[in-house]
Amino acid sequence: MAVVEFETPRLKEYPVIPILQAGAMAHSQPFAAAAPIQKALGFPGELVEDWQEQAIAKMGELLGKYRSLKVYLDTCVHCGACSDKCHYFLGTGDPKNMPVARQDLMRKVYRRYFTFTGKYFPKLVGAEDLTREVLAEWYTYFNQCSECRRCSVFCPYGIDTAEITMAAREIMDSIGMGQKYSNEIIGKVHKIGNNLGLPGPALEDTLAGLEEDIKDATGADVKLPLDVQGAEVMLVTPSADFFSEPHVESLIGYAKVFHQAGISWTLSSHASEAGNFGLFIGNYEQMRSISMRVREAALELGVRRIAVGECGHAWRVAYSFWNTLIGPFDFLDQNYPVPQHICEVTYDLIRRGALTLDKAANDHRIVTFHDSCNVARGSSMGNMPRGQFIIPREIIRACVNNFHDMAPESIYESTFCCGGGGGLLTDDLIELRVKGALPRMEALKQVVDEHGVNFMATICAICKAQFGKVLPYYKFDMDMVGGVHQLVSSAIRLGAKQ
Amino acid sequence: MTVLTICYALVFYAATVLLVGGLAWKIADYARTPVPLKIPSTPAPPSTGGVALRMAREVVLFESLFKSSKWIWGLGWLFHVALALVLLRHLRYFTEPVWTVVALAQPFGLYAGFAMIAGLAGLWARRLLVERIRYISTPSDHLMLVLLIAIGVTGLGMKYVSHTDVVAVKAFMLGLMYFDWQPLPADPTLLVHLALVAALMAIFPVSKLLHAPGIFFSPTRNQADDSRERRHLAPWAEKLEKAKP
Ligand code: SF4
Ligand code: SF4
Repeated sequence: MAVVEFETPRLKEYPVIPILQAGAMAHSQPFAAAAPIQKALGFPGELVEDWQEQAIAKMGELLGKYRSLKVYLDTCVHCGACSDKCHYFLGTGDPKNMPVARQDLMRKVYRRYFTFTGKYFPKLVGAEDLTREVLAEWYTYFNQCSECRRCSVFCPYGIDTAEITMAAREIMDSIGMGQKYSNEIIGKVHKIGNNLGLPGPALEDTLAGLEEDIKDATGADVKLPLDVQGAEVMLVTPSADFFSEPHVESLIGYAKVFHQAGISWTLSSHASEAGNFGLFIGNYEQMRSISMRVREAALELGVRRIAVGECGHAWRVAYSFWNTLIGPFDFLDQNYPVPQHICEVTYDLIRRGALTLDKAANDHRIVTFHDSCNVARGSSMGNMPRGQFIIPREIIRACVNNFHDMAPESIYESTFCCGGGGGLLTDDLIELRVKGALPRMEALKQVVDEHGVNFMATICAICKAQFGKVLPYYKFDMDMVGGVHQLVSSAIRLGAKQ
Repeated sequence: MTVLTICYALVFYAATVLLVGGLAWKIADYARTPVPLKIPSTPAPPSTGGVALRMAREVVLFESLFKSSKWIWGLGWLFHVALALVLLRHLRYFTEPVWTVVALAQPFGLYAGFAMIAGLAGLWARRLLVERIRYISTPSDHLMLVLLIAIGVTGLGMKYVSHTDVVAVKAFMLGLMYFDWQPLPADPTLLVHLALVAALMAIFPVSKLLHAPGIFFSPTRNQADDSRERRHLAPWAEKLEKAKP
C-alpha cells in the first residue's frame, strides 16, 4: 500500500477530545508478512482457504486458554469511560480507535458465534458474522493499537484492550494474515539472535569501537565485555543499544556504571536482544522461545545476576513473564531481584554512594521524563509501590539540576504511549505514528514553553526510535529524546572513585 | 388459584432458575479458564490483602471510573447505590419477620427509587447525547436502560399512583419461596413491574450485566504484583516445561 500524504495534527493549548471522523484511518494498514516470513514462524504463508472456520476455531481455543479474553469480551457495559483515553483516537478522531470500539470489532464476532444473544438476536446486541470486510477491519484496527493498556487503567472493570488486540493478531497469524514488521523481526531473532539482525562478529566489533570511543572521551578503560564466562551480571539489552542513536549513549552509561561500581558484567551474543516481539503478536510460545535464550545464556555463562537494559516491553516481559516463561531462577543470586532492571542496579549504587555523579555536567539540559507504557502499566521496580516511576526519576535527579515533570494526566500510570509501541514502529504506519504521538507532544510542548525543557528522557528503545522520528513533524529537535543512562553517562566522573 | 397466579409463579421459578443457573455456569466457566500470565495493571498491590482492598474500592466506590470520567462515575454510582437500597427495601417482601436493617432501610429505599431513575435517565441522556457513546451503543444498551427505568417507574407508580395490595404481594412471594402458592393481585402496574423484573433476571447471565461477576475475575484487577517473587504457571503452559535447559 502506498504511503499517503497526511497532515501533522496541530498542537493545541489544552487537550481536546476530537469529534468523530468515521473512517479517518481506514486506509492505514501495515505491510502484510510475505509467505517466507510467515512460514519461518510456523504460520500459514497466505490466507488459508477455510479462514473463517479456522479463525472461529482459533478464537474458541483462545477463549479456553485466556480468562482475560473471555471475561473482557463479556464484561464491557459500553459505558464509554475508555472512549477518550487512547492516543490513537485522540490523534486521529477515528471512532474505531476508541478502545471500546476496537474491542467491539472482536466482540461482535464473539457474540455471533459464542453467545446465546448473538446467535439468536444478532441485531439487538450488534453481533456480526466474520466476513471478509470484518477481517479487513481487524487487520486495519488491531494494527492501530500499541497494546499500551492506558484504556485498561481507566475502565471500571480493567478491561485490557491489549489482551484483545493480541488475541486478534494471534488469530490473524494463524490464518495467514501476519504483519510484516513484527513477524520479520521475530524471524531475525531466531536466525541471527537479535531484532536488528546483527551477527556475533559485528557485535564484537561494535563493542570494541565503543570502548575506544569511551577511552578517547574519558581516558578510562571502560569495557563492554561479550560472552565472559563467570561474570557477575549478564546484561540483556535491546539490540538498538548497540548502534542506534541515541540508544548507544545509554549502553555507554550502563558500562560506565558497572565500571565505576567494579561489578564484573557481560553481554551475551546468544541473548543479544532484550526485545521480545512475541508479546506484540500475542503468541505465548514465541514469547517463551525468545525468552528462553536468556535462560540458556545465563546458564551457559554461569552468571549470578541478570539485568535488563532500557527497553519498555522487554522489561514487561522480563519482570512480569520471565518467571513464568523461563523460571524458576534458583540458579541465580537470590539476594537480588531476578531479573533486575538496569535502573534498579544504578539506583542501588547511587544510594550506596558507589557512583560519583556531577550534576553540573548536565547543566545544558532541562529534562523531563516520559514514562513508557510497558514499564508504567505492565511492571514495577525496586519492590516498592510505584517504584517504576520513582526510581528513574531519582536517578535523573541525581544526575541533573533541572528536571520538570509533564502534566499529571500524561505521566505515571496515565502516561501516553509514544505512538510507536506494540509492533507499530514501522515506516508503513508513519501516519499513525505521527498522529498517535499527539497527546505526548502536547504535554511536551507545555513543559517546553513553561520551563524550556530541551531533553525528554525515557527508558525504552522503541520510545527513543519513535520520538527520534516524529519529534521533527511537530517542529521539535529530534535530539531531544534520550535515555536515562545517557544522563548518567554524562554525569558520571570516572576515575574519581577507584 | 387463578391462571394469572399460576403463570406468574411459573415465570418466576423459570427466571430464578435462569438467573441462578446461568450465573453459576458463567462463574464456573470463568473460574475454570486459566490465566497464563501475570497482567495486573498499575497500581497493583504486592499482596493478596492489597488486592482485596483494591477490589473492594473498585466494587464499592468505582475507583477507576472516578479517575476516568466524573460524569459517568456520578451517574453510575448514584444508580448502583440507589439500586442496592431499593433491593434492600424489597427484602421485606421476602422475609417474615422483616429483618431490622430492612425495616430501617424502608424510607431510604423509597428516595432511592427516585435517585435510581434519575441516575438511569442521566446515563441514557449521555448515551444519546455524547457522540462517542452514541457511536458505541447497540440497541441492547438502550433497551437495558429502558427496562430498568420501566421497572423503577412501575415500582414508584404502585407507591404513589395506584396502590397495590402489598400484603397480598408479600403473601404471593413468600408462597413462591415455600412452595405454598398464594393468589397474586391482578393489578396491571404490579403485573408489568413483576414481568419486567422476571425478564431482567432471565437475561442477566446472557447480557452485559455479567459485569457484576466479571469484575472479580478481571486479571488486571485481581492479580497481585508479585511476579518476580512467585512463579505463576497455567496448567496448559506446564506441558511446555519439559523442553527446558
Ligand atoms: S491498549 Fe493503548 S493503543 Fe490499544 S486501545 Fe488501549 S489505549 Fe489504545
Ligand atoms: S471503560 Fe470498560 S466497560 Fe466502559 S466502554 Fe470501555 S471497555 Fe467497556
